[in-house]
Amino acid sequence: MTSGGLMERLQNGLWKENPGLVQLLGLCPLLAVTTSLVNGLGLGIATMVVLTLSNGLVSATRRWILHEIRLPIYVVIIASLVTCIELMFKAWFPTLDRSLGIFIPLIVTNCAIVARAEVFASRNPIGASLVDGIGMGAGFALLLMAIGAFRELLGQASILAGLDLITGGEPFSGFSFADSGFLIAVLPPGAFFSLALAVAAKNAIDGKRRISRRRTMSRKLRPSDHPRS
Amino acid sequence: MEFVRREAPYIAPKANVSSMMLQVLVALIPAALAHVWYFGPGFLCNLIIAAIFCVGGEALVMRLRGRPPLATISDYSALVTAVLLTFALPSLTPWWVTATGSLFAIVIAKHMYGGLGFNVFNPAMVGYIVVLIAFPMDLNLWVAPHMGDIDYQYLTLLQTIAYTLTGALPETLTFDAISRATPLDAMQAGLRTMHTFSEIWANPIMGNFGGRGWEWIGNLTLAGGIWLLIKKIIRWHIPVGVFAGLLIPMTVMYAIDSSANAGPGFHLFSGATILCAFFIATDPVSAATSPKGRLVYGAGIGFLIFSIRQWGSYADGVAFAVVLMNMATPAIDYVTRPHIVGHPRRGQRQ
Repeated sequence: MTSGGLMERLQNGLWKENPGLVQLLGLCPLLAVTTSLVNGLGLGIATMVVLTLSNGLVSATRRWILHEIRLPIYVVIIASLVTCIELMFKAWFPTLDRSLGIFIPLIVTNCAIVARAEVFASRNPIGASLVDGIGMGAGFALLLMAIGAFRELLGQASILAGLDLITGGEPFSGFSFADSGFLIAVLPPGAFFSLALAVAAKNAIDGKRRISRRRTMSRKLRPSDHPRS
Repeated sequence: MEFVRREAPYIAPKANVSSMMLQVLVALIPAALAHVWYFGPGFLCNLIIAAIFCVGGEALVMRLRGRPPLATISDYSALVTAVLLTFALPSLTPWWVTATGSLFAIVIAKHMYGGLGFNVFNPAMVGYIVVLIAFPMDLNLWVAPHMGDIDYQYLTLLQTIAYTLTGALPETLTFDAISRATPLDAMQAGLRTMHTFSEIWANPIMGNFGGRGWEWIGNLTLAGGIWLLIKKIIRWHIPVGVFAGLLIPMTVMYAIDSSANAGPGFHLFSGATILCAFFIATDPVSAATSPKGRLVYGAGIGFLIFSIRQWGSYADGVAFAVVLMNMATPAIDYVTRPHIVGHPRRGQRQ
């Protein structure tokens, strides 16, 4: 694969076809665990690893997977990967595992992963599929982190609370800015509001870019710029 | 001889949105004055802040949407939202709580759905629910009503303004000294701890037929509501529905066990029952439209208030009841469509 195509794949995952912002896939974990930056980071990394590996595996076995029963096979592949990840979390980050709870095993049902297997990995070579998995996974993880940070800042007026869940060591209650925050941000309605704001912000940025691009193009095409023939 | 020729319609309705909203505001004045008398000048501070942020938010959104701001500010609907929100808030509320509720009501509950006439939910109630969930501590601080025989400490006007601006009481006062459980809170907590209705009634915060202070605010709200009925700003279906939905189950419960349930009179004159029936539930945008639909809609609100007061964790449930029934409005309107003359009735063959 050319490096240009590689960059495009990454860009697709991070921005253009971001699984959370554009495809609106995997909303269950996205809305449920993003109460803090650390939770978002933990689940984001787990999802990214599963997505990359499942893309690779599905792509590697794509010529033997019967078309009629492809979905059960994807689910088996994803479920075994998620089980590995879950056991790794239990072994190395037991406190983070307890904090994320059921949402680590629930990565199996994250439709963003099945969607990538179906749409991309089953039709493309291993290298491209791995890069696609990294891009999509990173896009999803960054969105989880951004929403987690936003909700934590607004709802608890602190940031990075529970960093010890990942790094180990002393319990860390985060950098606090005020006594109490806007509590609704960490409650379920806050998740919906935050996601809506994120999608709106993305569309606004895209809209602005499109306008400025059109302007530069129309400037280039202005007839007075061309010498009369 | 000259004939004056006029085109139809010969009798033009005088009603328009701004005169309607203005009459709603006028009808609320007596209740507002009673509120100030019983619970202190905090109501006025909240009202000023809510009005500033509601009208300011409206102007801001209209600007963002590229429309002339004066067009909607002059219909007073933002002001009605501000007043209803102020009635819902405790009289001592820090300004940021009021501001959050106002902005949420106007920007998110009203204009994100397309502005006046398109809002699915009652804006004031959405604003109140948001602050109720986001700032539970501030929203539970109700001062005791101003009645001679309850010994509690007053807040002066200056102290009230200071509290509204800073959220801190003067050093000589504590929250316990000025605040009391509301009648509905006391009743719910008392009944759940196995006290009887008559025992709880001995509490000095209870009045003659409702909560002390609340009963007179209720009476004046009722007067304003009846004036609106006479002026034909609202129609009787929704208030009757709300009262029926709340009071019939309450009466049944009270008749079954008069010691473990509060009487219907208490529920009628406590909390926001009357305000809800005449002023909140009758919001013409988010309520059902046909007469039958309005009865169903009102009864649904009343029954939800009954359920929340009886079994819920909140002492009063007007805001939740109204917003839940707002969600059901399209379904109610669909089911209760009036029969069109000349068309077969539903379920009847041609």
